Amino acid sequence: MPTLVLNNVQKSFGTNPVLQGIDLTVTGGQMICLIGASGSGKSTLLRCMNLLEPIDDGTITLDGVDISEPGYDPQPVRQRIGMVFQSYNLFPHMTALDNALLAPRRVHGTSRTELEPKVAELFARFGLADRMHHYPDQLSGGQQQRVAIVRALAMKPQIMLFDEITSALDPELVGEVLDVLRQLRTEGMTMVLATHEMGFARELADTVCFLDRGRILESGSPEQLFGTPEQERTRAFLSRVL
Amino acid sequence: MKLMTMTALACGFAGAAFAQNDCATGKTLTEGTFTVATGNPAFFPWVLDDAPESGKGFESAVAYAVAAEMGFDPDQVTWVRTSFDQSIQPGAKDFDVNLQQFSITPERAQVVDFSAPYYSSAMAVLTTKAVVDGGANATVTSLKSLLWGADANTTAVPMLMDLIDPDKQPMMYGDNVDVTAAMQAGQIDAALFDLPTALYLSAVVVNDGVVLGQFPPERSENPDQFGMLLEKDNPLTACVNAALTTLTETGKLAEIEAEWLQATTGVPVIE
Amino acid sequence: MPSRRQIFEARQRRRANLIAAGSTGAVLLALIVLVPLAPGWEAVQRSFFNGAVFAKTFPGLLNAFLMDIAIFAWCAPIIAALGLAVAVARDLRTPALYPVKLLAIIYTDVFRGLPVILVIYLIGFGIPGLGLPRPWNSPYIWGSLALVLVYAAYVAEVIRSGIESIHDSQRAAALSLGLSSSDAMRFVILPQAIRRVVPANMNLFIALQKDVALLSFIGPVEIFRQAGVYKSLLANFTPYVGAALVFLAITIPATRYADHLMNRQRKARS
Repeated sequence: MPTLVLNNVQKSFGTNPVLQGIDLTVTGGQMICLIGASGSGKSTLLRCMNLLEPIDDGTITLDGVDISEPGYDPQPVRQRIGMVFQSYNLFPHMTALDNALLAPRRVHGTSRTELEPKVAELFARFGLADRMHHYPDQLSGGQQQRVAIVRALAMKPQIMLFDEITSALDPELVGEVLDVLRQLRTEGMTMVLATHEMGFARELADTVCFLDRGRILESGSPEQLFGTPEQERTRAFLSRVL
Repeated sequence: MKLMTMTALACGFAGAAFAQNDCATGKTLTEGTFTVATGNPAFFPWVLDDAPESGKGFESAVAYAVAAEMGFDPDQVTWVRTSFDQSIQPGAKDFDVNLQQFSITPERAQVVDFSAPYYSSAMAVLTTKAVVDGGANATVTSLKSLLWGADANTTAVPMLMDLIDPDKQPMMYGDNVDVTAAMQAGQIDAALFDLPTALYLSAVVVNDGVVLGQFPPERSENPDQFGMLLEKDNPLTACVNAALTTLTETGKLAEIEAEWLQATTGVPVIE
Repeated sequence: MPSRRQIFEARQRRRANLIAAGSTGAVLLALIVLVPLAPGWEAVQRSFFNGAVFAKTFPGLLNAFLMDIAIFAWCAPIIAALGLAVAVARDLRTPALYPVKLLAIIYTDVFRGLPVILVIYLIGFGIPGLGLPRPWNSPYIWGSLALVLVYAAYVAEVIRSGIESIHDSQRAAALSLGLSSSDAMRFVILPQAIRRVVPANMNLFIALQKDVALLSFIGPVEIFRQAGVYKSLLANFTPYVGAALVFLAITIPATRYADHLMNRQRKARS
C-alpha cells in the first residue's frame, strides 16, 4: 500500500503564493476530498502531487522517497500516480481504446494484442464496452470523462488524483461519473479528489480537507467537517455551497 | 527581303539633296534629342565601363556616329537603359533606337523595326582551360558531348541547337554574368556567345577562359547580324538606315569596328 | 408546403442571385467590349494572346513543366521532414540541447528573412564554386537545397504555430500518464498540430510549386525559362501567358482545396 506524504509544500506563480505550507498524508486505500473555493489551491496541489508543477519548498515523499527533489525523474512517479482532469483532456485524434492503450504500450512496452483484452475489460467494467472504438468528439461529456478515468487506470496506478472531474459536466451526467468513483472506492483504490460535490464527499470520503488561500485550514472526517466545523471560514464556505 | 527594301528606301533618302538632319526632324521622341538605349548593365567591348556617354566601346561609338550622320551633336544624344523584354513589349518605347547586340530575326521583325545590320558576328565557343585539357577540341563531334550553357535571351540558343545540337540539354541563364558564374562553378563546360563577347569574357571574366573556336558568319546560312531596334513602323528607321549606309560606304563603320573590336582572325574555325 | 419564412427566404435568394448575375455580366461585357477598344489592344493581343505562337510553343512548355514537377516532387518531402525537425527543435526544453534550439531559431529567422532568389543564387552558384566535382556541383542539387532551406523554415514556423495551438492540457494529460516528453510530443502533440496546419502548409507548397521556376536563374530549363527562350526567339510574350495557364491549372484547384480544408476545420472547431 502506497503512502504519499506532503510536508510544508509551498508553491507560487510569480509573486502570487498558491500553496503556503501544505501538510497532508495519503495512506493506502484512503479517499481524501479537497474542498474549498475556486483559487484556494486544490488543483495546484493535485498537480504538484503528480509532479506536473515543481514545488518551491517543502517535500513530497512517496513510500519514503523524496520525489520533490529538484531533478528527480517524474516519469516513474506519474506511472504510479494517475490523474484525471476537469476538462477530460482526451487525445482527440485517437479512439477511446487507443487513448487508453498509448501509455501502457509506450511505457511498459507491452504489445497491443496483449493489452487490448485487459483494457477492453476496463471499458466494459465502466459501461463503455460499446464506446471503445469511438473518437472523443463522438462521446458525451460523461462518457469522455469515464474514458479518461479508464485511460488513467490502464496504467495500473496505485494512487488516483481527480481534479474536479464533474465540474465541466451537465448535471444529468454527473451521476454516471460519480458511480465510477464509488466503484473504485469499493475496489479499495487510493484516491485524492478536488471536488465541489459536497454530498459525494460526505458520503464516501475518509478525510475531508478544507483549503483556503493555499492552506489546509481544517481537516477531519466528513461528519466532523460538515457537521461541526471549527473555523469560521469553513462555516462560511459550507453555508454558501450546501 | 523586307530588310532589303528598307535599305533600298534608305539609300534613296540618303541620296536626296536635303540635309540629313531634316530626315530625323519631328521623328525623334524629343525634338532635337536622339535617345539611345543600351543594356543594364552594358557589357564590354560593346560599351566600355558601362558608360555609353563616353562614346567608348563599339556600340557606343556606332551610336554617336549614326547620330552625327543624322545631324545630332554628341550632347544631343541621351542614353537610357532597357532590358530585352522592355524593348520588345508592345506599346510606346522610351528610346529612339536600342542597340545591345540584338540579332535581326524575321520573327522579331514582326514586332519591332530593325535597322540595317551594323555588325555581323561570328558565334564562338567559350570554355575553360580545364575543359580543353580534358580533351575538348574545335570539332562539332567533340563539342556535342560537352555540357552547354547559353544566355536564354539571345540567338545563341537556336544557334547552339543548329550548329552543335548537344547530347545533354543545355542550361540557360538570364545574362552573361550568370553564364560565366555557372562555368566558373564547373556546372557547364562551354557556352556559345557572339565572338567579341566571348573574347572579352575569356580574357577578363572567366579564370583560365579559352575561346575554343568560332563559326564565322559568312559560313552560316543565317548569320548573326546585329541591328538597331526601333519601335514598329517608326519613320526614323529610314533615317537610321541612311546614316548606317553612309557609314558603311565611307568605311567609317569598319574603322569603328577596327578600333573597338579585337581582330578575330586568331580564333580557329570549327569544322 | 413551405413555411412563410421559407418562401420569403427563397424570394430573397432569387433576388440576390439575379443581382449578382446581372452585375457580373455587366462587368464582363464592359471588359469584352471596352478593352479591345483601347488603342494598343491589337498590339497587346499580338504580343500576349497570339494564337499561332501559343499553338507552336505550348507543347514545349508542357514538356518543360515536367521539370518543375520533378523538382517539386523531390523537394517537397525533404522540406516536410526538415520543417518538422526544426519545429520540434525549436520546442526543445532540455537545457543541454539549447544549442540545437538556438540554431533552429537562427535558421528560421535567416531563411525566412531572405528572398528565395537570393538564396538560390548564393547557394546555387556559391557552393559549387568551391570546386566540387561533377555531379556534386549540379545546379539541380544546390538549387533544390536553396528551395528546401527557405521553405523548410516557413514550414517549421507553421508547424510550430500548430504545436503552440495545442493546449498545454494535452501535454499535461500525456505526462500525467507517465509518458516521456518526447513521446508526448510524438504521439499526442504533433499528430494534432500537423493536422491543424495542413491547410497552411498546403498554401506553402502551392507557393513552392511556383517558386520552383526560380531555379531557372541558375540553369535548369523549366517552364519559365523555356517560355523565356520562346519569347526571345519569337519576340512575343504569349509563351509566358501559356506558362501562366499551366501554373494556374495546378494552383487554382490546389488553392481551392486548401481553402475548403481550412473552412471545414474552422467549422469543426466552432
